[in-house]
Amino acid sequence: MDYHFNFRYIWKHFDRLLDGLVLSLELAFISILIGIVIGLALALVHTDFGWKARSFVAVYVEGIRNVPLLLLVYLVFYGLPQAGGMEYSAQTSFIITLSLYSGAYLVEVFRSGFDAVPTGLIDAGKAIGLTPWQRLIYIRIPTMFRIVLPSLSNAFISLFKDTSIASVIAVPELTYGAQWINFNTFRIIEVYVVITPMYLVTGYAILIGLRQIENRYLKRS
Amino acid sequence: MEVAFNALPFLMEGLWVTVKVTAIVVAISLVVGVVMGVVLTYGSAWVRWPIRLYTDFIRGIPVLVLIFFAYYGLPAIGLNLDNFTAAVTALTAFKIAHVIETTRGAIQSIHQGQTEAGKAIGLPFWDRMIYIIFPQAVRRFLPPWINTVADAAKGSALVSLIGVVDLMLAMQKVIGRTFEPMPIYLLGAVIYFLINYSLSLSSRRLEKQFSYSLEK
Repeated sequence: MDYHFNFRYIWKHFDRLLDGLVLSLELAFISILIGIVIGLALALVHTDFGWKARSFVAVYVEGIRNVPLLLLVYLVFYGLPQAGGMEYSAQTSFIITLSLYSGAYLVEVFRSGFDAVPTGLIDAGKAIGLTPWQRLIYIRIPTMFRIVLPSLSNAFISLFKDTSIASVIAVPELTYGAQWINFNTFRIIEVYVVITPMYLVTGYAILIGLRQIENRYLKRS
Repeated sequence: MEVAFNALPFLMEGLWVTVKVTAIVVAISLVVGVVMGVVLTYGSAWVRWPIRLYTDFIRGIPVLVLIFFAYYGLPAIGLNLDNFTAAVTALTAFKIAHVIETTRGAIQSIHQGQTEAGKAIGLPFWDRMIYIIFPQAVRRFLPPWINTVADAAKGSALVSLIGVVDLMLAMQKVIGRTFEPMPIYLLGAVIYFLINYSLSLSSRRLEKQFSYSLEK
C-alpha cells in the first residue's frame, strides 16, 4: 500500500469536525426532547382513549416507522415548503423530521412502559384517594420512566448516529464536515480515521454515562 | 397526481434496484452472520473477541459513514469498487453485525437443560446443534430477523447518496425534471410503506405463532 498519510489538513479544518460533532449532539438532544413529548402524549392517548384515537396513533407510528428516514428528511425539507408555503432552515427542517421520527419510536416504548406499571401501584394510589390526574403524575409517569430508561438511552444513541443523514441537506454536522474536507483536500482516508473514533468514542461515552445514571436512579427506588 | 403516475414505470425500475440491493445484503448477511453468531456463542475467547470487537465497532458508527467510506475511502487504498458494490458491501457489513447479535440472542435463549440433555444421550456438538438447539432457536431468531430485513429495505435508501439509482434516487431524478416533489415523495413513501409494513406484519404474526413454545 503506497498511500501516504497526511493529517495536516485534517487538523487545519478540525474545528469543522468538532463543531459538527457538537451540532450532531445538539440535533439528537433537541429531537429526543420533542420526541419524548410527542411519544408521551400519544402513548397516553393510546392507552387511555378509545379505538378512534388508537387508530390515529397507529397510523402515525406505522407511517413513520415503515418509511426510510432519508425519505422523511427530503419530504420535510423539499416537499412540505413547496406544498404548504412554509419556510424554514435546513436545520429546523431536520429537527422537525428527527423529532417526528423519534416520537414514533418512543410511543411504542412508552406504551409498553405504561403497560408494565404494576396494577398494585395504581390500586394503591386509588386506595389513598388520588385523582386520576394525580395517579398519572405521581405514579404512572415516574414508574414508567424508570422502566423505559434503558430503551430511552438506546434511542438517544441511535438518534445521534441518525444525525449523519442531516448531511444530505447540508446541515453542517459531523458527516457533512467530513465530506467537506474530503471534497476540498482529498485526504479521504485520514478523515475517516479521525471521524470514526469520534462517533465511536462519543457514542460509547454517552452509553456508559447514561448506564451510570440509570444504575443510580434504579438503585434509589 | 398525474406526474406521479407518469413516473411510475421509472420508479419501478428504481424499486427493482432497491429490491436487488436488499436481497443481496439480506442473503449474505444471513449466512455470514449466523455462522459468526454461532462462533460468538460457542467459540473460544480468541475467536469471540474479534467478533465482539467487530459488532461493537460497526454498530457504533452511522451506516451512512460506512457507505461513504466504502465508496470514497476504499479507492484511496487501492480498492476501487463501483457504487453498487460499495453500497452492498457497506450495508452487508452493517447487517452482519445485527444478524450476529440476533443469532447469539436466539441461541442463548434456549434453556441450558436442552444442551445437557443432548450431552446426556451422547450427541456430539453438531448433532446437538442441528437436532436440538437450531430447531428451537429459529423460533426466537425469525421475528427479529424479519425486522432487520425491513430495516435493510429502509436502509437501502442511503445507497442513493453514492449514485445508485434505487427507488430513492429514481424519485429524486423525477423531481429534478418535474419540480413537483410532493406527489413523488408521497408515492415513494407509499411504496416503501407497503414493503416494510407487510414485512413487519409477518414478523408479528410469526412471533404470535411461535409464542406457544416460549411459555415456561
